[in-house]
Amino acid sequence: MRALRAGLRRLAGLFPDHRRERELEAEIESHLQMHVDDNLRSGMTPEQARRDALLKLGGVEPTKEAWRERSTVPFLEHLLQDGRYALRQLRQHVGFTATAVLTLALGTGASVAIFAFVDAALLKPLPYHDPSRLVGVFETVELFPQSNLSYPDYLDWKRMNTTLASLDAFGQTGYRLATDAGAQPASGARVSDGFFRTLGVKPALGRDFREGEDLATEPRTVMLSYGAWQARYGGSPDILGKTVVLNGDPTVVIGVLPREFHFAPVEPAEFWTTLHAEGGCDLRRSCHGLYGVGRLKDGVAIEAALADVKSIAQRLEAQYPDSNRGQGAAVFPLADVIVGNVRPTLMVLLGGAALLLLIASVNVMGLLLVRSESRKREVAVRSAMGASSARLIAQFVTEGVVLSLAGGALGLVAALWAMRLLTRLIPANMLGAMPFLQDLGLNPRVLSFAGVIVVFAALLFSVTPVLRLSSPGIRDGLAEGSRGSAGTLWRRLGSRLVVLELAMAMVLLVCAGLLGKSLYRLLQVDLGLRPEGLVTLQLAAPSSDYGKDEQAIALVRDLESRVRDLPGVQSVGVVVNGLPVGGNGNTTWFRVLGRPWHGEHNESPERDVSPTYFETLGATLSEGRYFTEADDLSKPRVAIINRAMARRYFPDEEPLGKQLSYLSDPPVPMEIVGVVEDVREGPLDAPIPPVLYVPFNQSTGNYLGVIIRTAQSGAALLPAVSETVRRIHPDIVIVAAQTMSERIDLSPAAYLHRSSAWLVGGFAGLALVLGVVGLYGVIAYSVGQRTREIGVRIALGAQPRSVYELVLGEAGWLIAFGTLTGLALSVAAATAMSGLLFGVRSWDVPTLVGVALVLGSASLLASYLPARRAASVDPVEALRTE
Amino acid sequence: VGDKTDVWQGTLALMVLKTIETIGPLHGYGIARRIEQTSGDRLSLNYGTLYPSLLKLEQEGSITSEWGLSENNRRAKFYKLTRAGRKQLEREAHNWEETTSILARFLAPSEDPA
Repeated sequence: MRALRAGLRRLAGLFPDHRRERELEAEIESHLQMHVDDNLRSGMTPEQARRDALLKLGGVEPTKEAWRERSTVPFLEHLLQDGRYALRQLRQHVGFTATAVLTLALGTGASVAIFAFVDAALLKPLPYHDPSRLVGVFETVELFPQSNLSYPDYLDWKRMNTTLASLDAFGQTGYRLATDAGAQPASGARVSDGFFRTLGVKPALGRDFREGEDLATEPRTVMLSYGAWQARYGGSPDILGKTVVLNGDPTVVIGVLPREFHFAPVEPAEFWTTLHAEGGCDLRRSCHGLYGVGRLKDGVAIEAALADVKSIAQRLEAQYPDSNRGQGAAVFPLADVIVGNVRPTLMVLLGGAALLLLIASVNVMGLLLVRSESRKREVAVRSAMGASSARLIAQFVTEGVVLSLAGGALGLVAALWAMRLLTRLIPANMLGAMPFLQDLGLNPRVLSFAGVIVVFAALLFSVTPVLRLSSPGIRDGLAEGSRGSAGTLWRRLGSRLVVLELAMAMVLLVCAGLLGKSLYRLLQVDLGLRPEGLVTLQLAAPSSDYGKDEQAIALVRDLESRVRDLPGVQSVGVVVNGLPVGGNGNTTWFRVLGRPWHGEHNESPERDVSPTYFETLGATLSEGRYFTEADDLSKPRVAIINRAMARRYFPDEEPLGKQLSYLSDPPVPMEIVGVVEDVREGPLDAPIPPVLYVPFNQSTGNYLGVIIRTAQSGAALLPAVSETVRRIHPDIVIVAAQTMSERIDLSPAAYLHRSSAWLVGGFAGLALVLGVVGLYGVIAYSVGQRTREIGVRIALGAQPRSVYELVLGEAGWLIAFGTLTGLALSVAAATAMSGLLFGVRSWDVPTLVGVALVLGSASLLASYLPARRAASVDPVEALRTE
Repeated sequence: VGDKTDVWQGTLALMVLKTIETIGPLHGYGIARRIEQTSGDRLSLNYGTLYPSLLKLEQEGSITSEWGLSENNRRAKFYKLTRAGRKQLEREAHNWEETTSILARFLAPSEDPA
């Protein structure tokens, strides 16, 4: 207790206090006065009296010193002293400090920002109960490894499986929401009754779906996402029990989902309804519109669950060959389903940021080495004046810690800024589909990551000068200018660091080059259409008014003729089942009539297009004809196939005139009347599958993709188009509107490639600068060390040419080593990230050569400057200076 | 260095506390003179060493200090025993007696019982 009290008082003593100092002085003075008084009384002369008093006291200063030692904590006192000294030192060398702190902040900022994304996407547990036991459950077909479940299959899988504690189904959907201001598009999801219980999510407000509530016989109910509740209903709790009208169906709001809930596979989703399976697709075993999510039973491994559903799929295949032929099964961890597509990109980015951090640290180490060289004298003086090695080391450690703390703090600020910037750069549609990124921030995990970086940097930065300065010969620093063995030693270490830096810069540059080339290839990919001047819209028309074929056909005729009359519009076309450069849309099974058929499922995406669709797109007709208005239900069925289908199903035959049929019984023949060159229907980076086009007039729909070719800007046209649509029917909603170029640029494939190319490119640029600056430092230092030697050479008649050779030769070796090491590492790194490359191999020779040239010439330039200085050394000056 | 000073500091602290208890509030110079006198001038004290010891006792809360006037009308800092200090004195005096009596037995001429 007493010790504690005393300790606290001593800690308080750390703060400089002039009052206490003065009091001590007064006390000692009064002590001396009293002693002198006594001495005078005993007969001493005033001089003797004073002298005796001082002698008895043991001197004023030692007394004060002993008192001060006791008044504070010496270790902390030293630390504070070191800290103050370090700050003073760093302030005095602004250039050095700023360079070191900024370099470190750059590396830290980049790494922390990228790590925050990695944390949000990959490390932060998903907002469900025990998420590691959740799995995504899929059917598989040849065309899609993660294909949808049909509702009857889902029910059978749910009933027959023995490995899942529960299995539920979900699907993405869109709704027309009736509001006071007319119909509005609203995003949504359909889920089976136990969906939220399987995830372990409890509503924030109201209740969950009851068991059996997803049947068609039950009243329709809906749960709101927290965001929709806030944005559409002002967060009012009165919403419970209210009725909203979705796609014309009155639906009762029964609950609100928690704020932190998200489920990326269907996001963004505002209205969460039950499956309510009825009619149309839901009841057909061959119509696949749902996905499965399940929770593994305790102790069951995912492999066991996979084997289980696979055997169920086999049994169903045997039982229902018509619908289930070729339908396999797949089970993946839910986390993979949710973040699987961004994981490789994020890992590459994290690797890039880590390399940059490494280069930055090495650069700062180099700076510290140079500085410790120039501080040899200071150290020698301090140690000659009696500073212990421990005290000297403590000084350097303090400086290292101060540097890394400053760099780390600045880096955190930079990271925050970068995170905001990067999030803003993500297109809204991508961000909506990656809800896990929404609570990106400096959480404890990210802060600890930053802390680890700072600790490592502090270690590195304090050990570097300590190692250097504790090398033998440092005590001689007083005796001579700094030459000899120590200089060479440093040059060797510095050279190795530079080789390392150059090699890593090379790796980053090569990766950036390859990613950039991938992006270029991706954007150059043959689309099979002319995107310039194309505007795309997606419309949802109410099935109550447009559900019948003739209604839908009338709508499309009306829409096309009205839009064609708008100023600047050249042509307009309509497609059902998906616009180009999107998902794969709906698929169909077909057979070629007149060939033996044993029930196999030839699967291909199907598009139902209006007669003017292909011309509007700018597609290329290869053979035959396009559809005409006359190709309607009163005429024989016709079809157009793409080049991929012709190649696959009619490799050595003339496809025109051949008959296809859906797998109906009896078959309904469709005659192939045209072959069109492949249009990029799916994602940019996926091969184009065989596609079947049929006339809209023979196969209608009321969820329409509209494409418009215009001579004016697409953005200017959109308001007029919206107005036209509203005038046709107020309940038709425009779900999305963008130009074709936007659609391509904002597509996930383009975005992922572009973001990785730009970010890694940015890292590579910084790495190039840091590496080249590091090289410059080493060469400049080496020239500085050898000024005398060079002076002697010049005095003895060496030509500038030979001096250049001397310096550039040294640099050349470093550059060559760095580039060669980098080359080997680059190929390894590029191979590791080959999954992210498109249309370019990981050992792409032009990229490797180009990068080597850029790095080599930048490095040569950096070494040319010191070489020129060396060649212009005045021998007299050089010899006199020392 | 540590061991010796600690013992010395400890004993010095005890002497300081006892002196203040006997005489009442006293300044550093007075305490030093008094300790010398009490020891019969057998103890030669560097007066300066007293001050860290006083500071330590003050930090531990055994004594408090206050400026006042000395018998010769000089301004001086007077140290006064606190209640905690009185207790500490009792305890340490007791400990000291124990220690010395034990040591005395060791050092006494041996009275071998065998």
